[in-house]
Amino acid sequence: MSTSAIQNISHNKYYNWLFRNLFSSWVNTLLTIIALIFIYQVGSFCLNWAIFAADFRYNFQGELITDRGLCSKNIMPGEYGACWAIIYARWDQFMYGLYPIEEAWRVNLVYALLPLAIIGILFDKIPFRKYFIYFTFVYPFLAYFMLYGGPGLSVVGTNKWGGLLVTLFLGVTGIGLAFPLSILLALGRRSKMPIIKSLCVVFIEFIRGVPLITLLFTANVMLPLFLPDGVNPDNLLRALVAVTLFQSAYMAEAIRGGLQAIPRGQVEAAQSLGLSYWQTTRKIVLPQALKIAIPPIVNTCIGLFKDTSLVLIIGLFDLLGIGRAALADMTWTKLYYEVYVFISLVFFIFCFGMSRYSLYLEKKLKTDNI
Amino acid sequence: MTKIKSLFVSLVLTLGLSSAFAGTLDTVKDRGKLMCGSNTGLAGFGNPNDAGVWEGIDVDVCRAVAAAVFGDSTAVEFVPTTSKVRFTVLQSGEIDMLSRNTTWTLSRDVDLGLEFVGVNYYDGQGFMVNKSLGVSSAMELDGASVCIQVGTTTEMNLADFFKANSMSYESVPVETNSEADAAYTAGRCDVYTTDASGLYASRAGYPDPSAHVVLPEIISKEPLGPAVRGNDSEWADVVRWSLNAMIIGEELGINSGNVEAMKGSKNPEVLRLLGVEAGYGAQLGLSDDWAANILTQVGNYSESFEKHIGPNTPINIQRGLNALYSDGGILYAPPFR
Repeated sequence: MSTSAIQNISHNKYYNWLFRNLFSSWVNTLLTIIALIFIYQVGSFCLNWAIFAADFRYNFQGELITDRGLCSKNIMPGEYGACWAIIYARWDQFMYGLYPIEEAWRVNLVYALLPLAIIGILFDKIPFRKYFIYFTFVYPFLAYFMLYGGPGLSVVGTNKWGGLLVTLFLGVTGIGLAFPLSILLALGRRSKMPIIKSLCVVFIEFIRGVPLITLLFTANVMLPLFLPDGVNPDNLLRALVAVTLFQSAYMAEAIRGGLQAIPRGQVEAAQSLGLSYWQTTRKIVLPQALKIAIPPIVNTCIGLFKDTSLVLIIGLFDLLGIGRAALADMTWTKLYYEVYVFISLVFFIFCFGMSRYSLYLEKKLKTDNI
Repeated sequence: MTKIKSLFVSLVLTLGLSSAFAGTLDTVKDRGKLMCGSNTGLAGFGNPNDAGVWEGIDVDVCRAVAAAVFGDSTAVEFVPTTSKVRFTVLQSGEIDMLSRNTTWTLSRDVDLGLEFVGVNYYDGQGFMVNKSLGVSSAMELDGASVCIQVGTTTEMNLADFFKANSMSYESVPVETNSEADAAYTAGRCDVYTTDASGLYASRAGYPDPSAHVVLPEIISKEPLGPAVRGNDSEWADVVRWSLNAMIIGEELGINSGNVEAMKGSKNPEVLRLLGVEAGYGAQLGLSDDWAANILTQVGNYSESFEKHIGPNTPINIQRGLNALYSDGGILYAPPFR
């Protein structure tokens, strides 16, 4: 066959697919055309709004935008593009909150080290993985020291933390602390010891029966009143406790689902080989159970990451809170779309990343025996 | 339900009060900075600017107290509080004072165990309409559709006002303030009602602010002021007189530019305020130049008002009730002697 014949065949394939799926009857043809027009209209409007007709740092006259009044859409009637200058002007606050800007390198360092700290847990085929895992355990202490300060570094109170820093702090630490806790809770719930079992059941059901907002309020408002004079646990720490408890209860249920899917015979076989409870759990049950539980675990993680924006209600400036403070400023007020689109984008990047990673993990661990 | 709720609240407050804090002034001095409960962001009243510095007339009260105590108006840490947690954060001692557009009411003063030390902004519920309606008084609003937040005191005030003047209205219920704002700009209602300061702030964000008018009638009393815990009158005095010093500064014509010059004044009240005549600072546990520090670093009440919410700012609020008593308002500080 000549080259052109091959091209013809592949062309035909292409046309066949189009014909079968999009233009098979006059109804489908009509729907296809309407859908194309719709996609073109909406797509071009969104692209124009967000990029082509938008102001970034300078408006159409080339002036630096320092005020919403200088946005092109507020000067020229008929202009409608986004005014991203608010994101530029408040970039530091979106990233660090009210963290002193001359100390922001500390936050940057913590951000930069975060991938190194989690890469060892996420991927098992990287070189020097052992050292990455060591670093994972050092990282939380290092990060806390860098962020909060201590000997050699000036102290930056958590009331100055904000923006992405608070969102990531609550999300990552909450998930990180909740994971071991939730495994213990799930095992405890399946335990044969009545006291441990009932404690775990009560804890899980209580936390799951209460909205996160209530837990945040309790942690924020009630806790200080019950504690003795002068003992004021940090505001952010209180929120972290609430978030961790909440996440651990939900994750425990996801893991319990995995545990229940392991056939009884496996445990009995392990016991007949003389393995102890912990050996059975660690070597036989958990690896399989966690594998099954990956999708629901990641689900709860994504849920929690987005739920961290609820801390706004107790006066913590997370990413959303910082965005709203920016909108409350007379310099920038009413640029709702820009701020909320930006915040959505940041949340989307993290949540989509988590979801992709869980897909990758599912594929990798797929052995088809369960 | 209410019984259980009030029982619960009193339980919480008893526990809160049992951890009593004596000597807030000493605590603040030892700490080296003032912890001040602020808004999570309200234009002109309390909001971080692009550089992350807090600004607003509520914020200025905190800065005045810091200037009085430390001689440094920047020795303040702001703790953002929401309307739901503000009182407990104050009760638990996390903050030394609350300055966050909070209405002074009897139950807050008495039942919650707070002490309101004064009023830094007299607010009240008002109405905003489009100029094209040609309405100049709330008495002409018979039959209008009104955007109103459900379940708020503004809703009750509105119903009372229309009933008392035997007028009718059609309510357009909305959930949040920003939703009300959006509904009004979209023309779903003729009238938008909330606290007047909120109306001005909303109007400032419209593409054409001059097309909207805030009607002169104010139908409720909302005196906003700083509050402290009710068990420390020494500290309450410090905060009260820091606010008063700003108001008296305006009465006596002392501003951030002329403090040094005014120290040579012949007026004995000026000399007492600026600490030329010694002894008044010591009565509060402060240095003699405390009020001079406030006026130099923060300015008098008028300067703060004009800088953050006055007619030359986008919010554009006239002094109105908040003018000095001598200028037709009701702002009045007790004498400094």
